[in-house]
Amino acid sequence: MEIQVYGKGCLKCHQLAANTEQAIKDSGLEAKVEQITEINKITEKGIMFTPALLIDGKIICQGKIPGVEEIKQALKER
Amino acid sequence: MKNLGKSLITIIVFLGVYYMPVELLPFRNPVFEALALAKWYAREHVLLCLIPAFFIAGAISVFISQAAVIKYFGAQARKILAYSVASISGTILAVCSCTVLPLFSGIYKRGAGLGPAIAFLYSGPAINVLAIILTARVLGWQLGIARAFGAVVFSIIIGVLMHLIFIKEERSRKPEGQLKDSSTDVSRPIYKNAAYFAVMVGLLIFANWAKPDISSSRIWFMIYENKWAISLIFAGLLIIFLSRWFKKEELREWVASSWGFALQILPLLLAGVLAAGFFLGRVGHEGIIPSWFVHRLVGGNSLFANFFASFFGAFMYFATLTEVPILQGLIGAGMGKGPALALLLAGPALSLPNMLVIRSVIGTKKTIVYVSLVVIMATISGIIFGSIMQ
Repeated sequence: MEIQVYGKGCLKCHQLAANTEQAIKDSGLEAKVEQITEINKITEKGIMFTPALLIDGKIICQGKIPGVEEIKQALKER
Repeated sequence: MKNLGKSLITIIVFLGVYYMPVELLPFRNPVFEALALAKWYAREHVLLCLIPAFFIAGAISVFISQAAVIKYFGAQARKILAYSVASISGTILAVCSCTVLPLFSGIYKRGAGLGPAIAFLYSGPAINVLAIILTARVLGWQLGIARAFGAVVFSIIIGVLMHLIFIKEERSRKPEGQLKDSSTDVSRPIYKNAAYFAVMVGLLIFANWAKPDISSSRIWFMIYENKWAISLIFAGLLIIFLSRWFKKEELREWVASSWGFALQILPLLLAGVLAAGFFLGRVGHEGIIPSWFVHRLVGGNSLFANFFASFFGAFMYFATLTEVPILQGLIGAGMGKGPALALLLAGPALSLPNMLVIRSVIGTKKTIVYVSLVVIMATISGIIFGSIMQ
């Protein structure tokens, strides 16, 4: 499973990455969260609002920080 | 809970600064100035001005569908509309400075093109709500309004100029894919949202109503004398709106988002205030940099003073809102009103680190032209503002 956090690396992006890691741990999954800060890669994905969370290339949410429960739900539905 | 620890530290540091017994210190020097300025900010600006401002910023990020604005930035959008929306949408889109660059890149590559993207990039950091509120509160409403107005007008001029200068490339360039409209419908009717924001802004304005000059008309005095009663009415209305129109979940999200802004911005602001106090001192006092030096460099309203202020501002990095205490220190040390506006316009919009990111998006040539335009425009608006204020 490919899990990525897109964003320029401000506090919000770190918060999103932390929430995501917590959600992965809670779900008993083995996956690494990759942080992507390169601006052209952010635009290539069609992301306008950072931070954004992508699971297997699909944009789960952008422009806000979902809670751990919300991310767990997204991981389950994948 | 990492955030809980951070919250506790922030509150303890704030209370520490608020009750700091700086007057008892036996020395008077730059360190004293730094601490005294920090205490003054904690007492005068944090509780009544910044905290409500954080709540407004939080409400904007939670309750206003930011994605809905995106359709005005599409490749098919009408140009006039794209420019106008780009020049003012920073108010709601640029609350967090790190969101500006991805949006800029998206508008440029997938949407309305270079002009509107540049207009957004320039005005965004200057007109976000937190910046306007703190500028008007600390530096005076004239400078606050001049900043917002200057940013909007010049963003359109710079955007159009960039478009015209690079019109050949712009015509032959195709958007690399569409902008995704991910807006979701908000259940609340627009008048409720409008009333809710109006009440919050009213509370902020009246709670901070400054004591008017002797020469002002009587109505300002009447408002000043009754400011707490008026503020209380707004606070009451706000509580009624919140309890009637909002779900519990929404309110929780609002508070969390507002507090997030506070945690993000207050430490930076404290560092900025300490630095401003140390180097420049409070108004009427001197820090480590002597006043005659500031006065000689950026005093008055000469072409050189304005140019120096905008050039310096363009390359210097200001963390969100720290431009305000630094500018206050400079004005206190003798900086002219014109150069102050020039620095305000060029400063937060540009910095060396963000020039490098901009360069990776639009290339070296366009970046150089953009930076030059910003410096020229900020210089001109500084001169105009300076001569009006004299």
